[in-house]
Amino acid sequence: MWHNPRNPQLTKNGELHHLLSLEGLPAEILRQILDTANSFVGVTQREVKKVPLLRGKAVFNIFFEPSTRTRTTFEIAAKRLSADVINLAINVSSQSKGESVLDTVANLSAMQADMFIVRHAASGAPYMIAKHVGPDIHVINAGDGRHAHPTQGLLDVFTIRHYKKDFTNLRVAIVGDVLHSRVARSQIHALTTLGCPEIRVIGPRTLIPADIRSLGVQVYHDMRQGLRDVDVVSMLRLQNERMKGALLASGQEFYKYYGLTDDKLALAKPDAIVLHPGPMNRGVEIDSSVADGTQSVILPQVSFGIAIRMAVMTIVAGN
Amino acid sequence: MNKLAHSPPPLPDAEQLLARLLDQMKPVVGPDTGIVGIHTGGVWVAQRLHAALGITSPLGTLDVSFYRDDFQKIGLHRDVKTSDIPFDVEGRRLILVDDVLYTGRTIRAAINVLFDYGRPASIQLAALVDRGGRELPVAADFLGGNISIAVSQSVALLRDNAEKLSLKVNEK
Repeated sequence: MWHNPRNPQLTKNGELHHLLSLEGLPAEILRQILDTANSFVGVTQREVKKVPLLRGKAVFNIFFEPSTRTRTTFEIAAKRLSADVINLAINVSSQSKGESVLDTVANLSAMQADMFIVRHAASGAPYMIAKHVGPDIHVINAGDGRHAHPTQGLLDVFTIRHYKKDFTNLRVAIVGDVLHSRVARSQIHALTTLGCPEIRVIGPRTLIPADIRSLGVQVYHDMRQGLRDVDVVSMLRLQNERMKGALLASGQEFYKYYGLTDDKLALAKPDAIVLHPGPMNRGVEIDSSVADGTQSVILPQVSFGIAIRMAVMTIVAGN
Repeated sequence: MNKLAHSPPPLPDAEQLLARLLDQMKPVVGPDTGIVGIHTGGVWVAQRLHAALGITSPLGTLDVSFYRDDFQKIGLHRDVKTSDIPFDVEGRRLILVDDVLYTGRTIRAAINVLFDYGRPASIQLAALVDRGGRELPVAADFLGGNISIAVSQSVALLRDNAEKLSLKVNEK
């Protein structure tokens, strides 16, 4: 059920009820999530890594598209909040998908679900689910098509804030397959809302959407030019499974022009950090020596991802 | 109407209460006693006690938001602080410090948090002021003083730029 027709994620009082996209979320809510996650980082380093906040709540991970990392981190996050977690991997049959998704959700709601974590190959699927669930049920988007992956975007900005403290004088480069990337869109929305003054997207013409400039970013097709003096390099995964037709000559060709190597990274600021949402295609978009190097914050991203998901679940469950 | 009947009883001086707390605690604390302040007012009191008592183990701070029993009713507090226990809780004597002791629910939550860090040898409670109204079986081991205020009122600890503490009564 939508409480607020102007922004379906929010309650009438402007508090977060579902998390569907970072687009249109006020900076105040983003900061609340980041600050809360910061407190959860401490919890995950204790002897007992659990808190009792969601005790007795049923969280359903419903994944209509395969995912290991995101599903696992949501599961760990829910368990650390003391919720009961039920994982459902659903293979979408070819027929009448929309209808079957809502039927699935209606059935799970009848089993007293309190929260749905939804991943779906179709953009907008979590919105449709959020529109049809009861008023006490919360929906979190764990990635929908090419549209959004809000918790990934949040953990990326959390990681950037952790290392760089402040967004207001940062230069961030997002590199690679922007066209198929829901991660890139979520990052751009979050960084813009938090006051990042310069966002660059770097990639081949075939993998940069034509309208991306409308989001206020600068487009570079030459990676060496684009990386110059940036503070943050956010690499995207080459989405082989989402490619239709011949957008790329080959992985090797891509690596030559857009793979992050030590010599290309040297063009960024000396203290630049390197992010990647995983899973990595080593030797395609990123070289192993960079991925495992001193500027890489790829594994901290994974740890922070748990704290971010704990924060999002706690905040929506409380509103 | 008699104006005097409405004027609130004078509040005790927070610095005097703190001095009384110190007198009670001095004989019983050792250099390795773990002092843990509860955000936000309790941390201010704990910082003062920690410095004045010459304790060598670093000061701990606690936010009980993740353990509150009213989460289901009112959700997460807006301004969650970070808990930081920079010493090993296991087997240590701990003193929990809060500014105002009221229902006892915050203390219940704080004890739960501490046990998720380890099994302390003991936990004692130091409170600057007790306003009564307990809803749980909780009592202070060290207490600055008592105040009597109406249920419709709350009492807050303030700290000025010179780190001087004072109490203020607000209408809820």
